[in-house]
Amino acid sequence: MQKLLNWVDERFPLSVSYKAHLSEYFAPKNFNFWYFFGSLALLMLVVQIVSGIFLTMHYKPDAALAFASVEYIMRDVDYGWLIRYVHSTGASLFFVVVYLHMFRGLIYGSYRQPRELIWIFGVIIYLVLMGEAFMGYLLPWGQMSYWGAQVIINLFAAVPFIGNDLSEWIRGDYVIGDATLNRFFAFHVIALPLVLLGLVVAHLVALHEVGSNNPDGVEIKKLKGADGHPLDGIPFHPYYTVKDILGVVVFLMVFAAIVFFAPEMNGYFLEANNFIPADSLKTPEHIAPVWYFTPYYAILRAVPPILGSQFPGVAAMGVAVLIFFALPWLDRSPVKSIRYRGPKFKIALTLFVIAFIGLGILGVLPATPLYTIISQILSVVYFAFFLLMPWYTKNDTTKPVPERVTQ
Amino acid sequence: MSNVSVDPSDPSKRRFLVTMTSAVGGVAALGVATPFVLSMMPSARAKAAGAPIEVDLSKVEPGMQLAVEWRGKPVWVVNRTQEMLDALSRNDAKLIDPASENASQQPAYCQNPTRSVKPQYLIVVGICTHLGCSPTYRAEVAPADLGPDWLGGWFCPCHGSRFDLAARVFNGSPAPTNLVIPPHKYLSETRVLIGDDQGAAA
Repeated sequence: MQKLLNWVDERFPLSVSYKAHLSEYFAPKNFNFWYFFGSLALLMLVVQIVSGIFLTMHYKPDAALAFASVEYIMRDVDYGWLIRYVHSTGASLFFVVVYLHMFRGLIYGSYRQPRELIWIFGVIIYLVLMGEAFMGYLLPWGQMSYWGAQVIINLFAAVPFIGNDLSEWIRGDYVIGDATLNRFFAFHVIALPLVLLGLVVAHLVALHEVGSNNPDGVEIKKLKGADGHPLDGIPFHPYYTVKDILGVVVFLMVFAAIVFFAPEMNGYFLEANNFIPADSLKTPEHIAPVWYFTPYYAILRAVPPILGSQFPGVAAMGVAVLIFFALPWLDRSPVKSIRYRGPKFKIALTLFVIAFIGLGILGVLPATPLYTIISQILSVVYFAFFLLMPWYTKNDTTKPVPERVTQ
Repeated sequence: MSNVSVDPSDPSKRRFLVTMTSAVGGVAALGVATPFVLSMMPSARAKAAGAPIEVDLSKVEPGMQLAVEWRGKPVWVVNRTQEMLDALSRNDAKLIDPASENASQQPAYCQNPTRSVKPQYLIVVGICTHLGCSPTYRAEVAPADLGPDWLGGWFCPCHGSRFDLAARVFNGSPAPTNLVIPPHKYLSETRVLIGDDQGAAA
């Protein structure tokens, strides 16, 4: 066995990579609950790819056949219902995990110097994931698929001057049709997953280059023992692989419970209107995007048209997502972790979470005048969290950061 | 700089060559990308699918809306009653473009108070000018959810845009313009050709 390993090692850096990324990758010893979600996101990527491959074996990307082929998977393919529910539930839980993972970054300052690139790769992953989810949602070719895609693609038509050509180029037709479905299938099953895999590798390579942050926001590499390893670091394997396996087990229990008992999640994971085949002549009474897009959708609706153009709303929605890129440079606090930050940051973060969740709730509700005003207020709070950050983080009262991590 | 051609390891010359090679390579990459990008435009078949359609108006009862498909889009044919037509002018003050001055939203022959060739029949593309949903026909007067001033029209379920029975948009709607009137031409008293006016707009 050792001889075989030596043979491989002379030709491929197997042992070296194993040490660098697992057995001798030293992670801070004070990881807590919030550190489960990175490995869970990786798990969800694998679940989606595997379940997706098996769905592709039965699905037909054709406007005339797509809806029926999904019903065929649900009724006639052995365990097809299970694989499809795993994939649809997986999409929603992927976003749950990613949102919690991003929140972890927010509270512990994981986007701060020297981890700006990890954060940027992460935000790009988030963007690609949104594209992946949006395109995947068209594939069942139900009413919600069709009209959701109609609305989102028409967002591009609002771009001044080139908008109409741009939306026709995206659709490949003057309306959403077979051409659109076919190309979304191509993007969903091959183009975006490839990009996603590359980005995940970049995210992890950058992480392992600078080392993980931790709940104290202390750089563990500053203090090293006689053996050259960080005093507050422990090898990722076995310590954190075992911890992550616990997280995986608990997470999969929740996952399985949803798949078996509430795969539609009362219309939030699979919307009722999507069980009606796409009809280009009739928009459903109430259309709403899937829950993970609703905060941005609420921002879109909150901005009124200016000078007869709906572009401002579209731009606000785009900026609401893209502004995450600027976070490492907006935060001017001398400390990273929320544990040592002052009340101003804590209040701002609380308001931001309220705004994000509030917008998410408003995004699924119909647009009444009262709700529109609340959406407008919450949109202002959302942007204020980012745009005022240089001031409230700089002038905040912070606590002294310890040399070593705390227990 | 006099010995540029003599020193084989001159860095500025090397940088120049690398820059030029990259630029030429970049142009080639753009050229190769062009057919791929253009392949995503609407195909010849999609362009050809926009043939005009014929509709029989006699089957649309007074006050009723018929939805037909043209170029994959819903086109509504509404048989407006005399009360509906009389009520139109009462909305004028509340509309963004009451006189249909935005010429791209209708052919010239429909730039009139009823936005139609024959006042009775409104023929309009049923796609909201906001984000492309198809608004719901709400012909009833003053329903509970649309308020006491509602004189009939369309309500878009997606983002709450409101249109009157000449498909003109109300102030405060997210939709910026009136709904589009497609080119159309009456072939007889009860038959209309939608999608082609055989040059009548000129």
